[in-house]
Amino acid sequence: MSKPLLQVRNLSLGFARRDEVSESPRIVDALSAISFQLHAGETLALLGESGCGKSLTALALMRLLPQQARFQSGHVLLESSESGVRSEDLLRVSEDRMRQIRGRRMAMIFQEPATSLNPVMRIGEQINEVLRLHRGLTTAAGDAEVLALLDQVGLPDPARAAAAYPFELSGGMKQRAMIAMALAGDPDILLADEPTTALDVTLQAQILDLIRDLQQQRQMGVLLITHDLAVVSARADRVAVMYAGQIVESGPVAQVLNQPSHPYTRALLASLPEKAIPGKALTQLAGRVPPLGSWPMTCRFEPRCAIREPHCLEESPPWVFLPGAETPHEQHHALCWRVGDDSTAPVDAGEPLSASTQSTGSPPVLQVVDLSVRYESASKGLLYRLRQLWHRAEALPSSPVVDAISFDLRPGETLAIVGESGCGKTTTARAILRLIESESGQVILDGKEIVGRGIRPAKGWRRDVQMVFQDPFASLDPRQRIRQILSEGPRALGLSATDYDNNALIRLLDRVGLPPEALNRFPHEFSGGQRQRIAIARALAVSPKVLICDEPTSALDVSVQAQILNLLQKLQAETGIAYLFITHNFGVVRYLADRVLVMQSGRVVEAGNTEQLLKNPQHAYTRALLASVPVLS
Amino acid sequence: MTIHALFSTLSQSLWVWLATDVLLWLLFVLFLFSVVVIVRSPLQRAVWQKVFRQRLAVVSTVLLAIAACFALLDSIHLREPLPRLTPEASVRYSVEVNSVLDLILTDLRKNHEKTYSAPLAVNLAALEPVTVSMPDGAVEVRREAPRLKVAGSIFPPGPVNDTTYWLDVLQRVSFGALGGALLFALLWLGCLMARRVLTSNPQSNRVAWRWVGLTLGVVFITGGVFTGLSTNFHVFGTDKVGQDVLYQVLKSLRTALVIGLVPTLVTLPLGIALGLSAGYFRGKVDDVIQYIYTTVSAVPGVLLIAASVLSIQVMIDNHPEWFATAVERGDIRLLALCIILGMTSWTGIARLLRGEALKMREYDYVQAARAFGVGAGQILLRHVLPNVFPIILITLVMEFSSLVLAEAVLSYIGIGVDPTMFSFGLMINNARMELSRDPVVWWSLTAAFLFMVILVLAANLLADAVRDALDPRSEGQS
Repeated sequence: MSKPLLQVRNLSLGFARRDEVSESPRIVDALSAISFQLHAGETLALLGESGCGKSLTALALMRLLPQQARFQSGHVLLESSESGVRSEDLLRVSEDRMRQIRGRRMAMIFQEPATSLNPVMRIGEQINEVLRLHRGLTTAAGDAEVLALLDQVGLPDPARAAAAYPFELSGGMKQRAMIAMALAGDPDILLADEPTTALDVTLQAQILDLIRDLQQQRQMGVLLITHDLAVVSARADRVAVMYAGQIVESGPVAQVLNQPSHPYTRALLASLPEKAIPGKALTQLAGRVPPLGSWPMTCRFEPRCAIREPHCLEESPPWVFLPGAETPHEQHHALCWRVGDDSTAPVDAGEPLSASTQSTGSPPVLQVVDLSVRYESASKGLLYRLRQLWHRAEALPSSPVVDAISFDLRPGETLAIVGESGCGKTTTARAILRLIESESGQVILDGKEIVGRGIRPAKGWRRDVQMVFQDPFASLDPRQRIRQILSEGPRALGLSATDYDNNALIRLLDRVGLPPEALNRFPHEFSGGQRQRIAIARALAVSPKVLICDEPTSALDVSVQAQILNLLQKLQAETGIAYLFITHNFGVVRYLADRVLVMQSGRVVEAGNTEQLLKNPQHAYTRALLASVPVLS
Repeated sequence: MTIHALFSTLSQSLWVWLATDVLLWLLFVLFLFSVVVIVRSPLQRAVWQKVFRQRLAVVSTVLLAIAACFALLDSIHLREPLPRLTPEASVRYSVEVNSVLDLILTDLRKNHEKTYSAPLAVNLAALEPVTVSMPDGAVEVRREAPRLKVAGSIFPPGPVNDTTYWLDVLQRVSFGALGGALLFALLWLGCLMARRVLTSNPQSNRVAWRWVGLTLGVVFITGGVFTGLSTNFHVFGTDKVGQDVLYQVLKSLRTALVIGLVPTLVTLPLGIALGLSAGYFRGKVDDVIQYIYTTVSAVPGVLLIAASVLSIQVMIDNHPEWFATAVERGDIRLLALCIILGMTSWTGIARLLRGEALKMREYDYVQAARAFGVGAGQILLRHVLPNVFPIILITLVMEFSSLVLAEAVLSYIGIGVDPTMFSFGLMINNARMELSRDPVVWWSLTAAFLFMVILVLAANLLADAVRDALDPRSEGQS
């Protein structure tokens, strides 16, 4: 094997923090002894949950760190492009030299294409800037190169894309443009920081394919940062699993995923809904990644580990090499005392769920009939209103966001709505809740019409239908205590005071698995998963019959997702509540839903029983969606 | 004036509550109330601890607090009783309205010179014909600067010897500084005790406390030096009618604070109510409110203020019977100016809050509240207002300095506060003439400028610190 392009050796990094009490500055570990190698033409995946230091590692390689970060030790050796010249240590070269390396030797693609392009510059100009800077091309030569690059990344009309401003391109096109910009310096190494997390499944597949094709053409080394095990399994050659600022396991993808040796990797794999045994709860990993500054001294995974032993607390775990590697490069190793100790392997087997409470015979609790929603055009200024007064305003044509969709939901049932972003999933949910006006159609909740022409539902109907939002960080008022957040619903709906007194709220917290002390805290004191539990408790406070869940786990890490899905399952078994579950994750659909509704641009294109629909999709769009989902091999 | 005399005057006088006095004290009570709220809420307390971890913020706060102390002392007005002509006559009160600060500064207030004198001078800054009798019996009239009436009166008549003069100055400076330092040391000891009792952890906010101490120390020692010098000199000189400039500057602090704070009583209700409802309700409400504030902000502010102040002045002049004293008349004009300044400056905060409300109405927690059927008023009050509070606060502190500066400009062009009052703007206005005199009278302008800059700079620095602390991006830096 040739020499690696990039060698990271024992990279350690900390954050300067001021101590809360004594005000004295101290260094908090953020990355500890990160070591890996990256070869030309190879994809190395950095895998881990949020807060594990994946992105920080990439930024450290580029030396684009936040102000308070401090390098503590280590080397980042970048092989010179000319033979015979010694490799450079990126942590020790000057800032000037580093500027030449950034973009030229190492380029980076970011998660959010919308914010990584300059909104006031044309795409072509932005790429041209890189060409001028790193390849010394003149503007004219650069223009030709820009078109070639944009063509390479598969933009249909390169000339038009080059002349466009970022807002004129769709999300997928922007990410392609971003990749073209990263390629403009003809880099040897591409750092892709969650390049597809912000994109839909179909786009995700396209972008990942594109990165792989380009990598093979150019023999680039790709460092792919992701939290998605399926992406790793489909696209990477080797994988390094990170936990709390350390690499805990690394090796060839097939070996790591088939033979996970670190308990964290095992738990991550087991908590995927795809891996769930039907009828059983998901295997869940308790707790969360500890926050920066409170990492355990010895094994950092010890507090959450299912196979920990007293020894784990006394001594830091060693690197254990697993047999079977032919070259050092293909070495599979893990940072744990109990590697190979497979006898105790299964983390904790999912407990069987109580029998489904779904009653097929009972009448539907929610019926949606021909519901349509149309957004009003934005150009409704004073002039428009004045004209409206004289009935002379021209009707503004716009296509409906939700176009005559119908479905019904029975008690105790889970109906999943799947589709790409912008297909009207969330709009449907908001229209049912009357958070936005619908154009036509009916919604009948528990026998009473709540949405329809001229309908003003009787007070108190909102008790029966509630919603859990996607982002638990945005759905709780940061300035209210949990007590206020939970009691807002019952209070506003005029329920009796015993429904939101101290005992009732403590019972409510207990149902979602939170301690009673939580009542007097503020949302920022909780992790994402805990916040989502609070959001669920808030909705449950008024004991609704229907709960609309709008992608409740898409902002959460895999292990936390398993906790929330289990909670939702448990609550349904207890109360027979019906879920309208909006998602784009087919693993979740397969695990949780009884029936599925596939939406495309405001219309239902296919509906049916989950198992049948996933096995035997009828509509072309459903097939396309399913095909682009990366599958864990 | 001794403390005993002060209290006996206070107990016998007729209290006069001017409109701006009431408002200023009201604001003070509101401020105390919000301090209590902040201390009680752990979230708010954490934010403010972050503010006061910055040295400049601590220094600015202390300086502003001292200015506020002067302003509040200057906002308790009273009329002293006149000496009774016969023992059985009813008590009559003087028409002169003085504040507690005036009583404390009686010496400064009453010690008038004839006209201009430079800082620490013992002679007038103007030449006067003086009759000098020569030893040979001849009488000669010379033009020379005569000795001051009050300043330097302990020196023997005639030209003052340089050595005696500087010795005297040095002596007073050192005694003053020593007195200030002593007072500060006493206070410091008291604070140390209080801190032991109040805070469970003496280590918390150590840096902040140290800087409070340092600032107070500097202020006390400066104050001591000023007091020491004032016993024999005019520290900042005197103005055209011979009044002490230091006294004028201290009195101007109240005017500046009234102008900087009272308009917010008008801007806040207007700006918050209109801004939030425009953003939250959108549609027709938004159209109407936007129409109003674009119109208001299209009218030149100075023009509007000039028109309003002049018409109010006419009204005041036509109804002398409404006011018992000249001070009350000036105060009404000040209040009117504040209201007008408030009416013209609410558009900025309204526009800002409209944008915030527009953004916030789409937030999930507002949507969640709507899904419970919570009314719009409740949502605005419970969810939107607390979350835009930092923005309101920052705007207020920024507004404060611009209002203080606006007063200076308005008084300069003659539509500001009543000429019988003291204000930085009036002092600067007067300086226009003084700077063209020979010798140049620079001290009035310098003193006004110095105090105003300190006040406005402190407010700006505090605004910056608050913004930094409330900005989540500054997390972890210091």
